[in-house]
Amino acid sequence: MATASGELGIIGGIAARFRTCPVTRLRVDLAAERLIKANAVAAVVFLAIGGLMGLLVALTRWPAVHLLDSEAFYQVLTLHGLNVLLFWIIFFEIAILYFASAVLLNCRLATPRLAWAGFGLMVMGALLTDWAVLQGDSSVMFTSYVPMQASPNFYLGLILFAVGALVGCAVFFGTLVIAREERTYEGSVPLVTFGAITAAIIAVFTIASGAIILIPTWLWSLGYIGHIDTLMYKLVWWGMGHSSQQINVSAHVAVWYAIAAILLGAKPLSEKVSRTAFFLYILFLQLACAHHLLVEPGLSAEWKVFNTSYALYLAVLGSMIHGMTVPGSIEAAQRRNGYVHGMFEWLRKAPWDNPAFAGMFLSLVMFGFIGGISGVVLGTEQLNIMMHNTLYVPGHFHGTVVAGTTLAFMALTYLVLPLIFRRRVIWPTLAKWQPYLFGIGAAGISLFMLGAGTLGVPRRHWDITLSDAILSFDFQPAAYLMLGLNGLFALLATVGGILYVLVTVGTVLFGEKVTEENALAALGPMPARVAEAGGSAQVGRHGGEGLVHLPGTYVLVGVFFVAFALYYFVNWKYLSELWPIS
Amino acid sequence: MAESERGERIPFMQRVLDNPFLLLFLGVAIPTVLYILWGLIEITQIPIAD
Repeated sequence: MATASGELGIIGGIAARFRTCPVTRLRVDLAAERLIKANAVAAVVFLAIGGLMGLLVALTRWPAVHLLDSEAFYQVLTLHGLNVLLFWIIFFEIAILYFASAVLLNCRLATPRLAWAGFGLMVMGALLTDWAVLQGDSSVMFTSYVPMQASPNFYLGLILFAVGALVGCAVFFGTLVIAREERTYEGSVPLVTFGAITAAIIAVFTIASGAIILIPTWLWSLGYIGHIDTLMYKLVWWGMGHSSQQINVSAHVAVWYAIAAILLGAKPLSEKVSRTAFFLYILFLQLACAHHLLVEPGLSAEWKVFNTSYALYLAVLGSMIHGMTVPGSIEAAQRRNGYVHGMFEWLRKAPWDNPAFAGMFLSLVMFGFIGGISGVVLGTEQLNIMMHNTLYVPGHFHGTVVAGTTLAFMALTYLVLPLIFRRRVIWPTLAKWQPYLFGIGAAGISLFMLGAGTLGVPRRHWDITLSDAILSFDFQPAAYLMLGLNGLFALLATVGGILYVLVTVGTVLFGEKVTEENALAALGPMPARVAEAGGSAQVGRHGGEGLVHLPGTYVLVGVFFVAFALYYFVNWKYLSELWPIS
Repeated sequence: MAESERGERIPFMQRVLDNPFLLLFLGVAIPTVLYILWGLIEITQIPIAD
C-alpha cells in the first residue's frame, strides 16, 4: 500500500521508507527520492548559470555584436564551460545513478547520509570554483592548461566537486550490492541500469584522472610544487575533460532507452546486443581523449592512431548499435501498439506532443548526425589536422553534449517531474514547444561552429577580425556569416533553455499534485495501449523484443550511413586540396 | 560453472556483464594502460633541450 509518507520496509535488517509508484509499480526509497530531487534541482541551477554565460559567449563571437571585451570574454567562457560541461551534467547524472539503482532495482539506497555528504561536497566545490572565477584571476577556461595559473580555490573547488561525485558513484555501486544481496530483482539488471553502470565506471576513471592532475596543480598554485609539465598536464587532464563527456554519452543512451520504455512500453531489441554495445563503451570510449592530442609532436603516431583510429572505432561501433536499436525498439513497440501501416506510421503517430518523447528523439537524431559523425572526423589523425583547435571542436561537442546529452536530460525531466517530484507539468503548451526550440537552436549552434571551424576560425580567440594581432589575417566572408548564424541560433536555444527552467521551477513550486488517479495522464500524451496495459513498467524489467521486422528503422539507418560516408569522404577531399601533391 | 537457480548454465559473457566490479576493473585499467601510462612513458622519453 502506498501512502503519502510511504510504507516502512525492512530489508536486510535495515529499515527504509518506500512508496509505490502508481505508473511503474516500482517501490521508491524515499531517501533516494530526496537525493534525486536535490541533485536534479542543483543541476538545473547550474544549467541556468552556464546557459546564460553561453549566450554571452555566442553574442561576443557574433562579429556584428561582439558584446564583451577580451577580459570579460575569457571569464565568461570559463564559467560557461565549467557550469554546463561539469556541474549541470554531473549533478543530473548522479540523480540518474540513484534512480537507476535504488528505484529501478526496487531497493533501498546504500548509505543516504554519505550520499548527502557527497552532494554537499559537490555543491561546495562548484560554488568555490565559480566564486574563484568571478574574482577575475582564474579566467583559464575549462581546460585550464598550465602554465596559465588560476587561484588555488579554482582547483580546490574542482577537487571537492570530484570527491563528492566519486562518493555518489560509490553509493551507486553499494546500492547494486544491496540489491543483489537482498534479491530485489531476478536475473540480470534492466538495460537502463546497465547503462548507468557504464556511466558510473567511466565516471570513476574520469574522477581518478582529475584527481591525479588537479591535486598537484593545486599544490603548484599554492607554491609547493615548482613545475608542472605542460604536455603531461594535457594528457592526464583530458582523461578527465573528455571522459567526463563520455559519462554523458552512456547516461543519455540509458535515458533514451528509459524514455522509450516508460512512454511507449519499448523493450530493447536484444538485451545481448545492447549490453555488448555498452560493454564496448566500458572498454574503449575513454580512449577518445586522445583526439585532443593528435597534433602534439611529443606523442608517437602509434599512440595516436591506436587510441583514436583503432580503439575508438570500437566505441563508435557501440554508438552505431545503439543508433539502430533505440529507434528499432521504438518501432517495434509502436507496431505492437497498433501503428502497423506503411513504413513510417509508427514514427508519424509517435507522441510528438509529449516533450519527453520529442526531446528524446531529437537528441537521438542530432547526437548521431551532428555529434557522432563530426566526432569520427575529429578522431581521424589525418583529418584532425584541418580543424584541430578550431571552432570545429566546440561545434562537435555542442552536437554531443548540448543537442545530445542536455536535450535528453531535459526530456527526462518531463518524466522526473510527475514520477519523482510528483507534480504535474504546468504550462504544457510551452513544455511541448521547448524541446523543439532548444533542439533546433542547439543543432544550429553546432552546425555553424562546425562550418566556421572548417573555414579555420580558431576556437579560443575572442575576435575573429584579429584586430589586436601584429599580423592580420582575413577569414572568408562565409566565416562571418557562420558566426552570425551561430549567434542567432544561440538566441533560439536560449529561449528554449529559459522555457525549460521556467517550466521546471514553476512545476516544482506550483504544479498540481500527482495522485494515483492522474499519474498516467501526468506523463503527457502516450499511446492508449501503453496506458491501458501498464507498459511503462517495462523500464524496470530485463528482456529483449526478439526477432522483429523493422523496415522504417532500416531506412533511417541507411540514411545515416550514406550521410556518414559522404561527409567523411568530403573531408578527405578537403584535405587533398589543403596540401596539393602536384 | 555458474548455474542459475533453475539449473541452467549461465553463458560466460552474461556472467562478465553481470559483474559490475569486474567491469569497473576493466573500464579503469584499459584506458589507464593504453591512454595514460603509454602516453606518460612516451612523454618521459622526450629529450630535454640543452
